[in-house]
Amino acid sequence: MKQQITVTVNGVQYTSEVEPRLLLVHYLRDVLNLTGTHVGCDTSQCGACTVIMNGSAVKSCTVLAVQADGAEITTIEGLAKDGQLHPLQEGFWEMHGLQCGFCTPGMIMTAYDLLQKNPNPTEEEIRHGLEGNLCRCTGYQNIVRSIQYAADKMRGAAAAAGGE
Amino acid sequence: MAVTKMFGASVKRREDPRMITGRANYTDDVRLPGTLSLVILRSPYAHARIKSINVEKARQMPGVVAVYTGKDLVDSLAPVPCAWLPPNSDLKVPEYRALAVDTVRYVGDGVAAVVAENRYQAQDAAAAIEVEYEMLPAVVDQEKATQDGAPQLYADVPNNTAFVWRLAGGDIDAALRDADVVVSQRLINHRLIPTAMEPRAAVAHYNPGSGELTLWCTSQNPHIHRLLMSAVTGIPETKIRVIATDVGGGFGSKIPFYAGEMIAVAISKDLGRPVKWVEDRRENFVATTHGRDHIDYVDVAAKQDGTITGIRVKAYANMGAYLSTAAPGVPTWLFGLMLSGPYKIPNISVEVHGVLTNTTPTDAYRGAGRPEATYVLERMMDLVADRLGMDPVEVRRKNFIPKEEFPYTVATTLQYDSGDYEAALNRALEIVGYEQFRKEQEAARAQGRLLGIGFSTYVEVCGLAPSQAAGAMGFQGGLWESATVRVHPSGKVSVFTGSNPHGQGEETTFAQLVADELGVPLDDVEIVHGDTGRIPFGMGTYGSRSTAVGGSALIYAARKVRDKGAKIAAHLLEVSPDDIVFDQGRYYVKGAPDRVKTFQEVAGAAYLAWNMPEGVTPGLEETHFFDPINNTYPFGTHVCVVEVDPATGKVQFLRYVAVDDVGNVINPMIVDGQVHGGIAQGLAQAVYETAVYDENGQLLSGSLMDYALPTASMVPTYEVDRTVTPTPVNPMGLKGAGETGTIASTPAVVNAIIDALKPYGITHLDMPLTPQRIWQAIQESQKGS
Ligand code: FES
Ligand code: FES
Repeated sequence: MKQQITVTVNGVQYTSEVEPRLLLVHYLRDVLNLTGTHVGCDTSQCGACTVIMNGSAVKSCTVLAVQADGAEITTIEGLAKDGQLHPLQEGFWEMHGLQCGFCTPGMIMTAYDLLQKNPNPTEEEIRHGLEGNLCRCTGYQNIVRSIQYAADKMRGAAAAAGGE
Repeated sequence: MAVTKMFGASVKRREDPRMITGRANYTDDVRLPGTLSLVILRSPYAHARIKSINVEKARQMPGVVAVYTGKDLVDSLAPVPCAWLPPNSDLKVPEYRALAVDTVRYVGDGVAAVVAENRYQAQDAAAAIEVEYEMLPAVVDQEKATQDGAPQLYADVPNNTAFVWRLAGGDIDAALRDADVVVSQRLINHRLIPTAMEPRAAVAHYNPGSGELTLWCTSQNPHIHRLLMSAVTGIPETKIRVIATDVGGGFGSKIPFYAGEMIAVAISKDLGRPVKWVEDRRENFVATTHGRDHIDYVDVAAKQDGTITGIRVKAYANMGAYLSTAAPGVPTWLFGLMLSGPYKIPNISVEVHGVLTNTTPTDAYRGAGRPEATYVLERMMDLVADRLGMDPVEVRRKNFIPKEEFPYTVATTLQYDSGDYEAALNRALEIVGYEQFRKEQEAARAQGRLLGIGFSTYVEVCGLAPSQAAGAMGFQGGLWESATVRVHPSGKVSVFTGSNPHGQGEETTFAQLVADELGVPLDDVEIVHGDTGRIPFGMGTYGSRSTAVGGSALIYAARKVRDKGAKIAAHLLEVSPDDIVFDQGRYYVKGAPDRVKTFQEVAGAAYLAWNMPEGVTPGLEETHFFDPINNTYPFGTHVCVVEVDPATGKVQFLRYVAVDDVGNVINPMIVDGQVHGGIAQGLAQAVYETAVYDENGQLLSGSLMDYALPTASMVPTYEVDRTVTPTPVNPMGLKGAGETGTIASTPAVVNAIIDALKPYGITHLDMPLTPQRIWQAIQESQKGS
C-alpha cells in the first residue's frame, strides 16, 4: 500500500513511492542516500537526526516520510552553498565543536534553527536550545563556543549587508 | 625532541570537513547492493530456560530470507571469546554463545536472528517468533550473588564467583595494627552505560567465490576484531578485512568483540549476501557492555599527622552474565595496581571478587579500573582529613610522592615515570582562590547557604604497555603499536597506523608529528587508520595509548625514512652521509647550505633508483613496531565548587577547575577537548547517570528517557589549565590525555557536595548524588538532632 510523495530536499525535488510507516530519517538515508543525518536513538531524545523542514528544526526520526509530502527540507549536506561552508560549519571546525562527529549534523541543524529565531543568544539560551541534542564526546563547551562563533559571524554579515 | 613548528600548535582537525558536511562514513552509512537487514531477538527475561522456539510464522513473513536460533549457529560459530585471563585467580570462563542455546542469562541475551530484505520486515518477523521460557530465579547484586542459596548462573561456577584476584605489597596487617586511626568505609561505584552516540553496527560481506570476508564494524581495534573473528569462524585472518574508519565514539564499549558482528558474519557466509546489523538504542542499553559496578570495602591506616601508612580493599566487581573480552582485567590489574595513586603508601592489599550476575556483561568504560581506584583513594583522603580534623588539601600534600623521587616504585610494583604533583595542586589552588573560598564558605554557612569544594589529586596509568607486562597480567595480546611511513615519488607521505582514533583527532596530531619529522607540509601527510586491508597489524585505541605508543611508532618509522633519505642525498651530493644535515625538509652539506637536495627530490630519486648508493634498496618506506619500556603516568588536580540547596537537595556547579599534566602536548585544542568531554562523563556519574536493575533483572534505566545522559545545560563551564612534566619513556615526552577528565572528576564532584553538607555531619553518600538522595540525607541527619 505504497503512497506517492513529493519532497524538496536541499533544493532538489524528489517523487517517491513509500510505505506509510517509513520514517523521514530512513527516507533521507535509505531512499535518497543522504547519510549525513544520523540515527542515535529510538525515543526522540538524541537529536542526531535533526533536519530543517519548512523552516523549522524537526527530529526526522519522529516524522513519517508521508508527512513530509510537499515539504522543503534542508539536511547537513545542503548547508554549504557554492563550496562555502555555512558559518555554523565553520564555527564547529574553528572551535573544535566535534570529536567523533556523530552528533554534529544534528547539533548544527538545531543551532541553525536557534540562530534563525534568536540571532544573538546568550550562553544560557544556547545551552537551553541544545537540550534536545546529546553529545557524548565534547562536554558541550566547545559546541557552545562554535555556535557563538557562528552567531557573531552571521550578525556581522547581516550588519554589513544592512549597511550597504 | 626539539619542539618544532607543528608540535604544540592548535591545528584545526583534518577529520572535520567530512563530518561537518555530512560526508563521513560510519558503519550504518555503508551501502552494498543486495544487503539484507539483520535483527536479533533478545530475551525479555534475566534468567530462563528456553523450552521451545517456533520460527515458522516468522519464516513466512514478507521479505524474510532466513531465521536462525542458537542451535543453528553452534557449528558455525565458536563461543564469544574472553581475552584477558588473569593468572592465579582461579578464573572460570563460562561458555558464551552468540545466540543462547538453552538458557538465557540476562535481559538482552540473543535468542534468535532474522534476516529480511529491509529492517522493517526483519523487525516484524522478529516480533512473530514464539519463544516459550521457563523462568528461573535471577540475581543482580554481586554481593548477594556470592551468598549461600543465591540463584546459580552456571553449574560449574560455584557462588557465581568467576575469579578471586589478590595483590599485596608491604604488610597491611601491621600497618592497620600500628595505625593511630583506621578509617573504614563501604563505597559503591555504581554501574554506568557507556552510550556512545553511534550505536554499534556491522556490515558483513562474505564473498563465496574468493572466500574473503569484508567486515565494516564499530571497532576501536579492528585487527583484534579480525583476529577474534578468524578464531570463531575459522575464516583465515588473511581472508578477513575489517574496516572501522569513522566510529561515532567508543569510550571502551567498542573494544570488546560481540555476538552481533559474529552473527552477521555467520549469516553472510551462509547466504552469500551482505548482511547489515545496526543495534537500536534500546539494544545498545542492554546488549553493549556496561561499566564500573564495584562495591569496595576500604580500610585506611593513618598516623595522627595525616600520614597514610596503608590501604586494604576488598572489592566485589559485577561482571554481568558472561565474561566480556577484556572484562576480567578491568577490576583486577587496572584497578588494583593503581591503589597507591599519587601517594606514598607503603602497605597495600587488595582482593577482588569477580562475580557473575543476571545483568549485561561489564567491560572497560572510559578509564577502566583507574576511575574506581581514584574514587576509592580520593574519597578516603577526605574521610581521613575529616577524622583527623585536617584540611583535605594538606592530607594530600603530606602524602604526595615528592618530585625528586621519580622514577618511583609504588607498593603495587608499578614504576611511575615522572611527576610533580604539588605543582599541579598549587596551580589549581591558585586558580580557584582556595583561601578566599574558605572564607566565603564560612560566611555563606553563617547564612545557611551550603557551599562546598572538592579535590581530586589523581595519577593514572596510560599508554598501556609494555607487552611483557601484558603477558604477565594474562592479557592475550601485545601492547605495542605499529606504523608504516610510505613516501611516494612526489614526496607526499602516507602514514599507516595501527591506532584507531574514533574522535581523538589523530588524523591531525599524527600528521603534525610526521610533518615535523620529515619537514614536509602538513597537507602532504595523509594518515590512514582503521582498515586492516591497508594498515600493518595494530593494537588499536584505548587506555589513552594511541599517541604515546602509536605516535612513537610513527616517529621512529619516520626517522628511519629520514636516515635512508640522508644516505641517498649524500650519494647525490657526493659527500659522506656524516656530512649531511637535515633541516626542515632539506638535506644539505655541512657548512655548504646551498649544496642541497630537498626531501621531495630525494623521494623521487629513491623511486627512480637510477643512481643509488651501494647497498641501499630502491623506494622510501619504513615500518616500525614500538614496544615502550614502561607506561606513562599523567596526573593532576581537579577542583569542583558547588552550592547545594538545602530545601531541594539540588546541586549547582559554581566552578570546575582542571589542572592536568599530560607531559608535552602536540595539539592543545584537541587535548582540551578530551579533558572537557572526560569531565562531563565523570561528573555525570557523580550526580546524574546510573544503571538501575530491579530485583528480577529488568533494566529500568534502559532508554535515553530513563538514563540521565547530561545535556548542555546540565554541565558547568570547565576552566582548564596544565603543568608540563615530560615523560622519558617515549621520544615526544607526552603521556596521554584521553581519560584524565573522567578519572579525576567523579571524586572531585562528590567531595565538593559532601563538603557542602558538612554542617549536617554528613561524611559520605553513595553516588549518584541526586537531589532526592541529598535531600533525604539532610532530613535524616536532622532527625537525630
Ligand atoms: S534519532 Fe534520536 S532523536 Fe531522532
Ligand atoms: S562529537 Fe561525538 S557525540 Fe558529539
